[in-house]
Amino acid sequence: MGKREKILIVDDEKIVRESLYHWFEEDNYEVDTAEDGETALQKYEKGKYDILLVDMKMPGMSGLDLLTKVKEIDKDALVILITAFASVPTAITALKNGAFDYITKPVDPDELAHIVNKALEQRALKIENIQLKENIDEIIKPDNLIGESYQMRKVYELVYSVAITDTTVIIRGESGTGKELVAKAVHINSSRKYFPIITVNCGALSESLLESELFGHEKGSFTGAQFKRKGKFEMADRGTIFLDEIGSISPKMQVELLRVIEKKQFNRVGGNELIKSDFRVITATNEPLEELVKAGKFREDLYYRLNVFTIVIPPLRERRDDIPLLVNFFIKKFSTAMNKKVKTVSKEALDFLMNYNWPGNVRELENAIERAMVVGKSNSIMVEDLPFHLSSNNFALNNDVKSLAAMERKFILNTLNENEWNISKTAQILEIDRVTLYNKINKYNLSKNDY
Amino acid sequence: MDIYLAPLRFYNTLLLQNLITELSKRFSAKIRVIDLDINLDDFFSIDRKQYFSTQIIAEAIKLTDNIDGKVIMLTDVDIFVPVLTFIFGEAQLNGKHALLSVCRLHEEFYSGISNDNLLLERTIKEFLHELGHCYGLRHCIDWDCVMHSSPGIEEVDIKGSSFCRNCISKIEGYKY
Repeated sequence: MGKREKILIVDDEKIVRESLYHWFEEDNYEVDTAEDGETALQKYEKGKYDILLVDMKMPGMSGLDLLTKVKEIDKDALVILITAFASVPTAITALKNGAFDYITKPVDPDELAHIVNKALEQRALKIENIQLKENIDEIIKPDNLIGESYQMRKVYELVYSVAITDTTVIIRGESGTGKELVAKAVHINSSRKYFPIITVNCGALSESLLESELFGHEKGSFTGAQFKRKGKFEMADRGTIFLDEIGSISPKMQVELLRVIEKKQFNRVGGNELIKSDFRVITATNEPLEELVKAGKFREDLYYRLNVFTIVIPPLRERRDDIPLLVNFFIKKFSTAMNKKVKTVSKEALDFLMNYNWPGNVRELENAIERAMVVGKSNSIMVEDLPFHLSSNNFALNNDVKSLAAMERKFILNTLNENEWNISKTAQILEIDRVTLYNKINKYNLSKNDY
Repeated sequence: MDIYLAPLRFYNTLLLQNLITELSKRFSAKIRVIDLDINLDDFFSIDRKQYFSTQIIAEAIKLTDNIDGKVIMLTDVDIFVPVLTFIFGEAQLNGKHALLSVCRLHEEFYSGISNDNLLLERTIKEFLHELGHCYGLRHCIDWDCVMHSSPGIEEVDIKGSSFCRNCISKIEGYKY
């Protein structure tokens, strides 16, 4: 473990000392308290504190007097003063005397956290923290990004090569391929990894909601906004913003987005304060952006701004080698969550999973395994546990089956073969009459020797 | 060790039910609901129009001597500790009691639009967070961990909804 930062809270009110004590203790600080200036000074002389939170008005030595004396001992000491009433003269006096900042009681928790963090960062004490973070690197890896296939190894290579730069990245791939996980992989391998990655699903929100979501809003800026809210761009400061389904944003939002990406500053909705934020942009889409640009539905300038470095995630049907790994991963995940003893998958079920076309990609596979584990009765996942209506026919959609007619042909043939060409039984299963079945057999020129 | 939920002026039974269902999936411990005879009016601050969290916990300690387990109180009123304008919750670090307010977890206070799913998600996160403190966990630097600090609603929404590998080892009977 790295060194915990030491904080000294000086306030004559026991209740305030206790509140702040608990607040900072939970936040991983080593906390000490003093009930007056004299005690605080004695403690400060004996032990080294990284930061002091001092009440201005105390009996005996005032907060300002304590500030002066502490500064005589260490001119770099970080002191934050606490006042009951905010006033300009108070602030000027405090800051003139070397206080880092001052807060007015009661203080917004977010503001208190921000001021203390800012103070400590200024003194570069965060280096310790970063070392601590390096040690626990492993915990922030997206361990659910699974795949050892050649195609996925190529994706990883791209991720690692672009992560260390601050380049804007666009991730393309079908729905359910794991674009968000790849975005996360880029983020956690970058120097921004100690700050959050903020995901916004642009397709899920209306224009006005998206605006408020991205830029935040001030209290009272619209009916119902009883509290202010910071936007996603603000929250992504020093981190990454991941804009999913970027192709679905409105023309107005495209303009706003272009502006904020270029200037890295904006106003909250209903606010005048200019907010600055240092963020990296990663976007994702499964839409053909180039066609949207041609059709005039997506701004060309925004397209070029976003389309700097592209990572394409292959669909699951193009990396079937990863299916066993993924299946095992999901079995492990759901057996823990459901408290089930399912450990493996039967050969038949795995064969089926390997051959299925997976239009919904990894997400569909995950859902299939989850469903199979809910309905399954044995320690293995069986074919009949899988959620596909056609599973008993071992109906595999290969790459050569692309048209509806080809699919119908293969389906009918499979059902016929499974029922040893018993026409009545097959027609019953297919829920068509025998004449229709004969017509289909003729149409597709099916025979008993076909497979 | 069982987990006791004590609703205090908390009337959203559907949320309570959904929370219990979710917790039951995650913990091998039994999740029980108990009534605590606490009159919240005794802890109301007329100046702040909020309820003093630390004092409510102190009262709960007196009433739950015979209970072996974690006692997490759940309320819909707005709570505070001196110095701070509000808190989502307060817990005894490595202790038995915590108090969670869902008052400021309601989406309608921010966007004007009610969202029950989001309320449940936020409640689960903050419940696990306060419970984590009761198991001795301090704030975690991993944004995917529910123990990441959340001084505002934005952080509640950003952070993960489960414990990271480091923190999970300290939580008794946590399944995933």
